Parts: sequence; structure tokens; C-alpha cells
Amino acid sequence: MNAVLTLIALATIAAAAAAMAGRNLLRCVLLLAVSWAGVAGFFLWAGAEFVAFAQLLIYLGAISMAVLFAVLLTGRSREDLVADRVPPRRALYAVLAAAAVGAVLLAAVAATPLAAGPTSVPAVGVRELGLLLMGPHCAALLIVGVLLTVALIGAVVLAAGERTEKPDPEP
Amino acid sequence: MLGTGLLQGLRVTARNLLGSFHDPKRFVTTQYPEERTKLPEAYRNFPFLVSESAEDPMGTLRCVACQICEKECPPQCIYIEKSRDKKPDANGKMQIYPAVFDIDTSVCMSCQICVEVCPFDAIEMDQVFELAATNRFEGLLLDRHALAKPNSYFHGIHPTEAAAVDARLAAARRASEEKARAAAAAKAAPKPAPADPAKAPAAPGAEAPRPSPPGP
Amino acid sequence: MSAPPADSVLERAPVLLRDWLTGFLPGRARWAANSLLDIVAILAVFGLLFAFLTLAERKILGRAQNRPGPNRTGWFGLLQPFADGIKMLTKEDIVPRAADPVLHFLAPVALLAFAILTFAVIPYGRDLVPVDLDAAVLYFFAASSGAELAVFMAGWASHNKYSLLASMRALAQLISYELPLILSFVPVAMAAGTLSASGIVAAQSGWKWNLVPHWLVFTPWGAAGFAIFMVSALAESNRSPFDLPEAESELIAGHLTEYSGFKYALFFMAEYFAMCALSGMAVTLFLGGWQAPLPALEFIPSYAWFAAKLLALLLGFIWVRATLPRLRVDQLTRLAWKFLVPVALVNLGTAAFWSLSFQWAGPLQLVRWGIALAMVAVPTLLLGRGLSGGLGPRTYRYA
Repeated sequence: MNAVLTLIALATIAAAAAAMAGRNLLRCVLLLAVSWAGVAGFFLWAGAEFVAFAQLLIYLGAISMAVLFAVLLTGRSREDLVADRVPPRRALYAVLAAAAVGAVLLAAVAATPLAAGPTSVPAVGVRELGLLLMGPHCAALLIVGVLLTVALIGAVVLAAGERTEKPDPEP
Repeated sequence: MLGTGLLQGLRVTARNLLGSFHDPKRFVTTQYPEERTKLPEAYRNFPFLVSESAEDPMGTLRCVACQICEKECPPQCIYIEKSRDKKPDANGKMQIYPAVFDIDTSVCMSCQICVEVCPFDAIEMDQVFELAATNRFEGLLLDRHALAKPNSYFHGIHPTEAAAVDARLAAARRASEEKARAAAAAKAAPKPAPADPAKAPAAPGAEAPRPSPPGP
Repeated sequence: MSAPPADSVLERAPVLLRDWLTGFLPGRARWAANSLLDIVAILAVFGLLFAFLTLAERKILGRAQNRPGPNRTGWFGLLQPFADGIKMLTKEDIVPRAADPVLHFLAPVALLAFAILTFAVIPYGRDLVPVDLDAAVLYFFAASSGAELAVFMAGWASHNKYSLLASMRALAQLISYELPLILSFVPVAMAAGTLSASGIVAAQSGWKWNLVPHWLVFTPWGAAGFAIFMVSALAESNRSPFDLPEAESELIAGHLTEYSGFKYALFFMAEYFAMCALSGMAVTLFLGGWQAPLPALEFIPSYAWFAAKLLALLLGFIWVRATLPRLRVDQLTRLAWKFLVPVALVNLGTAAFWSLSFQWAGPLQLVRWGIALAMVAVPTLLLGRGLSGGLGPRTYRYA
């Protein structure tokens, strides 16, 4: 099983690294989508089917669309989409920031008491997941629902607010 | 009610679909080349030369190479060369005949002016359209052998027009015969006066002196 | 009664064939060989179905238009798909010089891959699910939403302003209709209590009074849900009347403009595969999957019933294509957001009422049906009337 995990991890990290290092913005977005698919693969390896498919549906189907539309509709020309070479001072700052974040993450992981060997994982089926969401975690679900509704209404208001209603033309 | 328009549309296409198997009104395709559509009688494509008899098409051409059609043709697609000798035509009269009569069907525009101006009803419009050739120049040039078709064929494709042409030719022939008999009778009669003003002989060629042979 | 259907040889023929072919292999290898056989079978069956579906479409469209359709290549035009295949394969593959070659190549590949991935969870017969997942329908929707990325790649990689615009419109169409598609499925999950495809088929088993099957399409909310699902499926697979992205009069061919030869054929293959997969899922969710409609007809094998229902839905798609004119892009999106989404939400409420009132018996059953029908029909009609206000038979005025 470790071989599979290593492969998935390598694919995800390689795609993300290529996305960060790439110059063509749209290819970077697509590589990012590949890394999200890698995360879904990780969920599948861990046995969480529902989360894996939800990850694919939401990230590849919706969030990548949002990113692509944002990139395309705000970039003024094709040349805007190719980044310039990074000057060395900025590269140094980037490395320092990444190292700091990495150190914090490693410290957090090392400080958490994790089990020494493989433990038995409760198989959470979709039914159990649904009952859990609607029962103990119902508040979180409702808050997320309200948040999404507000976002949707805000999007509609933003999009519709600029146009004024035109009367239908006479036949 | 909402949606009834959609359902009516679906019903129409379903009726067409199912009806096309048994109702000829709902299946209007002619499976060419196994079936041919019946062409209207007045349909015309390119001209052809009329001969009186089917057995000897070259010898009984009505055309006397007067070259009127060649001169009147707007795109000038007709090329005629007169013959040096004369041959007896269908009525026995010695006529010159076209040694070369070419129509370039890649140029002809089917305007029918050649038919309208021909004084001898020698050129008529044909209905053949399957003239595709493998050569753009020689393949589309029809010579007089390809163009000569009998009068019976003309009756087959344009019956009313052929009947009218035949009637006109027969009437002209009868009129010229009448005149010839009257001239002969006047000559045989005793001379009451000296030389009469010369009666105009039969008008050139327009009235063939004999009725056309009965066609099949 | 005759022998139980699960034991008849015809019914178990595919499984027996598979066991005969791979039975001699040890455990792990046998699983791999079985999966490989499943893949080959699906590709072969649906590949042939795609080929003859194109021919059937042309013949049926022709007959509905009072003409025969292709009938020169082979008997009744049966060799036409192969002639088309040879034509597509031998055409020159033109890639614009300024196009992004990697993305240009990957777009049809990705589209086709996601379309084929959706075939993995559809139950084709009694034991004939290639992969029996617990969240099968969610996987189906996730795989079909990956196609959107491929459409965008196609439009962008062509380096053509008009292809890009058209792919944006195609994306808008795909995203708009994802919502009614999934919303119309949610009541099914509620009624069946599971997301697994074989579980949903099993929840529709049995017959009421030994005559009417328990298929979900025979409930008020099921019928409405089925209608919404089919309309959204038409739009998701870019079929008429929602074929704006690929219509010839629309920006040449939309995001497919710069594709020629086999890549073009791959796009159409992906569209037909999406159509078949969505129809298969509709059969599974609403029409009882592989189950027979009457107990007396159970001797016909389950995969034959599935095939019959699938073909009926595909013929329905073709019938709709022959009838309805194309929708404009603003009419498309208006239909999705202003009509189908509210109706799907109302449908959800109706389904909730239906499942809460399942204990009503006797004359209360009629009341239940009446309330459910009213809950589905009245908002739909009112909404439809409200949205088409001002539209009606045109009065032509001449100068």
C-alpha cells in the first residue's frame, strides 16, 4: 500500500510544483486541477469514497471553472498570461516563506500523538455519513448552507445589478 | 396549456416517421438512378437535330445549313460547316446539308433562340440531362451524329409541340402543292394575255413540297 | 410458476462466459482479468452502439423528414458508420500553428476519457455492475463534470477568439444544467436511501397488485424528476435543442472549429457516449434499471430489459432532435435557472411529502396522489405561465 501512496503523493506534489513554477498561467491552472485530482486519489486510497468523489465534483467541476473564468475574464491580453522571470530577491523571499510554513507544519505533525502502527479505521458508508451530518454535525451543515445561499444571492445581485430592465420591443 | 405546443410538434414528426413506411405522400424521395421523376413536357435542356426517318438519320436531316441559328446563338456555341455537294433530303429535293454541326454543351445556355429562328424546324430542344463526360472539352462537344434524332423521338418527348410542327409543315406543303397545281393549270390553260407577271415560285424551302412520312 | 429468473442460463450467460474465460487464474490476477474483460466489453458494446446510433439517428431523422436517410452504403445503409469511420481516419489532422499543441491534443482525449469513465457504475443487468461503489451516483456526476474542463481546453487551445467565446458559452450551458440534473436525482436518493446504483435498482423491485412496478417514474415526483433529468441530460450532452455549441451556424462549430479528422470524430463519440451514459443512469434511477415491467415477462434476461429501456430513451432523444428547434443561449440559461431549478426544488419538497406519507392507506392513497400531483403540477404551470408571459402566437403585421 505504501507504493500506491507514494505514487499518489509524488503525482500530486509534482503537479502542484509544476503549477507553481510554470510560466503559462492557463497550463498552471490545469496542472493545479491535476493536483486536486491527486488529492481525490489520496481520499480514495484512504477509503473515503464519498469525500473523494465530492472533491472531484466540486474542485474539478466547479472551482477550476471559477479560477479559469477569473483568469480569462480579468486578463486583458494573452501576454498577461505568461509570467515574467522571477527576480532572485523575490525567489529568496519565497523560499524563506515556504520554509517557515513547512517548519510550522512539521512541528504540528510531530507534536500530535499519532498511533504507532496501522489502526482499524471505521468504514463510514454514505448512510452513516448522512446520519452524522444531519445529527451531531447539523449546525455546521446549516451554516454552510446559509453561507452558500448568501453567496449565490450576492452573485445574482452583482450580476443583475448593472443592467437595467429593458421593456420588450414592440412587435 | 404549458407544453402542448411541444407535444403537438412531437406528434407531427411521429406521424411523418410512421407514415413514411406506408403512405407515399409522406415519403417523397425518388430513388435516383433506379427511379426517374416524370419530367414536365415543356422541360428542355440542350438542342438536337431532327431527322425525318430513324433508319437514315444523316441522310434525312431537316437542317440545310443556313447558319441562321449559328448567327443568332447568344453564346455562339453552334459551329456549322456547309457541305460542298448536295444530297436529296427527305422530300427528294437536292439540298446542301451540314458537313459539320457542333454544339458545345458546356457553353449552351438552353435559351431556345436557335429553335425559334430555325425556318425549317430542323433543330428542337431535347430533354436529356445525363451528359456528364470525363473530358471538359471534347467530352461536352456534341457533333451531328450525336445530335441527330428522328422525328418519332421528337413526338415522344414533346407531343404537343411535335404535332403542331407537323401540322404546320403539312399545311405549308399542301399550300405549296395547291400553288404548284394552280400554276400548272394556268400554264396549260389558253393564254388570254401575254406573259403574266412572274408568279413567285414556291417560297425558298419553308414549305416542303411533300407531306412528312407518317411516323411510328 | 417457471424457474426463478436468476437461475436461467440466458440470464447468467455473461457471468458464465466471464468465469469460463478467467476461471483458471489465481485470485488477484483473476480480479484484474475480470476488470479488463469488463472494460473490453463496455468499449465494444458501446462503441458498436455509437456506430449504429449515428446511423439510426440519420435514418430516423430522414424518415421524420419524409426522406430515406442513408441507404446506398450496404443494405439499408448499414455500412454507413464504417464508411464514416474510414473517412474520419483518413482526413488530414490540422493543428493551427499558434495553437497550444499539448492542450489541443489532450482536449478530445480528456473529454472521451471522462465520458467513458461514467460507464463504470451503471448496472447493466442482475450482477453486471462493473464497479459496485457505495457512492456510485456521486462518482457518475463527478466524472461527467470533468468533461467541462476538456471543453474549456478545446476552446482555449485553438487560439481562436471565436472558439474561446463559444467554449465559454458551452461551459455556461454545462454548468447551468448540472444543477437541475443533480437536484432531480436527490429525491431518488431520498426514496431509495442509498447512493449506490444497484441499491437504487433494488429499491424499485417488486410489483403493486402484481401489475404496476415500483419504478420511481410511476410516482408524481418521479415523473417530474424524470422529465427534468431528461431535459438536463439533453443539455449536458449538447443534443438538440441544446446543441448551440456545435451548430454550424454558431461561430462555425464553436469550440470544435479548429479540429479536423479523427479528433472531431472523438468529440462526437464523447457526445454520444455521454448521451448513452446519461440514458443508462436515467434508466437506473427512474425506470427500475434492469427489472422487467411485469412479473410474467421476467423470463427475458435482465440485460435485455436494460438494453430495451436504453434504446427507448435514445430513440426519444432522436425524436426530440427531429422536432424541436434550437434554443438561443439566453433562452437556454433562462430555462435552466428560472424554470428547471425551482421546479426541481418543488419536486424535492413533493418527494419529501410522499415519503413522509407512505403509511396513508385506502382512500387516503387517493388524497396522497392528489396532493402530490398538485404540489408538482401547480407551481410548474404557474411558473411556466409567468415566464412565457407576453409570448404567444405571433401577429404578423405587414407594412
